[in-house]
Amino acid sequence: MWRQDGRLYGGSGPGSALGLARSVLRLNAINKYYQVGSHRLHVLRDVDAEIEDGELVSIMGASGSGKSTLLNILGILDRYDGGEYWLGDTLVRDLSETQAARYRNRFIGFVFQSFNLLPFKTALENVALPLYYQGVSRRARNRTAMQYLERVGLAEWAEHRPNELSGGQKQRVAIARALIGKPKIILADEPTGALDSATSLQIMDLLGEIHASGMTVIVVTHEAEIAARTQRVIRLRDGKIEAAA
Amino acid sequence: MADLDAFFEIAQSLGRHKLRTALTALGVFLGIFIFVLMSGLGPALQGAVQKRMAGFATNAVFMWGQRTSMPHAGMQPNRPVRFKNDDIAPLSRLEGVEHLAPRNQLGGFRAGAVVKRHGKTGSYQVAGDYPAFQYIQVPLMRAGRYINDRGLVERRKVAVIGEEVARGLFAPGEEPIGGAIEVNGIHFEVVGVFGTRAQGQQGDQQVRAVHVPFSTFQQAFHFGDHVSWFAMTARPGVDGADLERRARALLAERHKLAPDDELAIGSWNAAKQFAKQGTLFLAIQVILVLAGFLSLLAGAIGVLTILLITVRERTKEIGVRKALGATPRSVVAIVLAEAIMLTAAAGYVGLVAGVATIELANWLFVRFQVPLGDMHVSLEFAAIATVILIVVGAVAGLIPALRAAAIQPIEALRDE
Repeated sequence: MWRQDGRLYGGSGPGSALGLARSVLRLNAINKYYQVGSHRLHVLRDVDAEIEDGELVSIMGASGSGKSTLLNILGILDRYDGGEYWLGDTLVRDLSETQAARYRNRFIGFVFQSFNLLPFKTALENVALPLYYQGVSRRARNRTAMQYLERVGLAEWAEHRPNELSGGQKQRVAIARALIGKPKIILADEPTGALDSATSLQIMDLLGEIHASGMTVIVVTHEAEIAARTQRVIRLRDGKIEAAA
Repeated sequence: MADLDAFFEIAQSLGRHKLRTALTALGVFLGIFIFVLMSGLGPALQGAVQKRMAGFATNAVFMWGQRTSMPHAGMQPNRPVRFKNDDIAPLSRLEGVEHLAPRNQLGGFRAGAVVKRHGKTGSYQVAGDYPAFQYIQVPLMRAGRYINDRGLVERRKVAVIGEEVARGLFAPGEEPIGGAIEVNGIHFEVVGVFGTRAQGQQGDQQVRAVHVPFSTFQQAFHFGDHVSWFAMTARPGVDGADLERRARALLAERHKLAPDDELAIGSWNAAKQFAKQGTLFLAIQVILVLAGFLSLLAGAIGVLTILLITVRERTKEIGVRKALGATPRSVVAIVLAEAIMLTAAAGYVGLVAGVATIELANWLFVRFQVPLGDMHVSLEFAAIATVILIVVGAVAGLIPALRAAAIQPIEALRDE
């Protein structure tokens, strides 16, 4: 099912026309500093990374490794101080807040640890939200949202609010919401962090399915079990890429 | 972004906290309601006094003789000052005098005299007047005419009566014009009936009066050449106070009064009185409008506070929205729109309620003859109030909106 629609989610990195490895995301010597009082903290040190279109990658690292910072930069939620971040053939650098918002809307599908569904909106409305910011009409976005809810198996829960859903169901709604804008990458930040192990497996299965349909999925986690279910693990330590297995 | 969508978003957001929204709306409602009432009340109060004084020349000066308070030209103090017919011509030639009306009255100022007709009697003010008196206190002629020059010159025994006098002395349906009334044994033919525009006590008093020609009055009631008081109006552009001063000086000289004897001549200057009132009413109006505006401001501060709280509560939501692609502009727009919608909706109801209350009050005033002026709210005022509402809403929403726009998704989405 996901494969049929795979082309919808496929990104096209630079060089795809030349038959080279199609990278959907490329980091060139990314540096990031934080000013803490008079100290200048070097959080990311020359981070290079490349993620190919359709990959399922995990980023691992202990707290303080710069993992969250990297995630924020990948999600266009934070700026970086040096280097280049390519998303497809778009250079993501020095964006205004408005541009950043547009790029997030178009390029990135977020899945959060705590789901971050809007509590007063139904599952359907939550899924439809990214399309609202694309200016899609209510009817059209509700129709599309229903299709995505069906794909995560929650069609009959469309009119329910998040507090009526289980944790696993909430995360499924969040995943549907991440997919609806047809982003270049799905960025899942500890997607199973708030779930029991059985539900965690189901969610990882769902992310696996999404990956299998051709979507690029990046999972940020500190759990080795979860990382083991991805194709490749990028490890961060002290702001540096430790190993790309 | 479809407008209906934005509307729906706001309605959903406002509907989430019904009590809070209702209380904030109440604040705005009361603000604009009081603002409208206060704005309507000022003109009503002013109108009340203006109605009382209606038909009265605003540039009139009155002057009457009292007693001297200082010795002058070899004469002792406490000498009564009596104006005479000889004073009329020089006074009327005084620079700046428009109309001069010498006047005599039976009894004293505001005292009544017995007026009879076919066994009916009443106590009314009886005055001897020049035709010019109609420019001092403007009569609303209901029938016939006012005193004319011929009546004055020929000392005709004619009378112009107030409508209350006509009502008191004539049977209903009986024609007063041509009828005869008797004052102190002298018969006068009624040639006119007048009403007045003035309201309240002032108006009542005016229509309980009988005016006869000045000359007839002096002869009939043995006033000789005595003039009780002078009423005059200033020419347009002439300062009433200045005219008052010069008329006093003229009379003081003619009657050998000390120039600085303030008590020898009594005088009253309508312009001064009106100016005093004008200032008073302006002050009242400013205070009322200020009070209304402050209550509106209180409502706006309520909106501001509630929106600040709402924005803080919605930090996470706004962070999520931004992560999903909400631009700063769309965040500002939604908070601003929420403020404006809340203010406009509640304020509009307040505006309608305020105008309705004013209309009801007007109706009651008329129904129960309360001598207040029209409480009036014009279309322009309603338009201005609407603009004020929107501006107030926008200003109240601006700070919370900018604060919302400044929310960083990283901070908002951080899992505690």
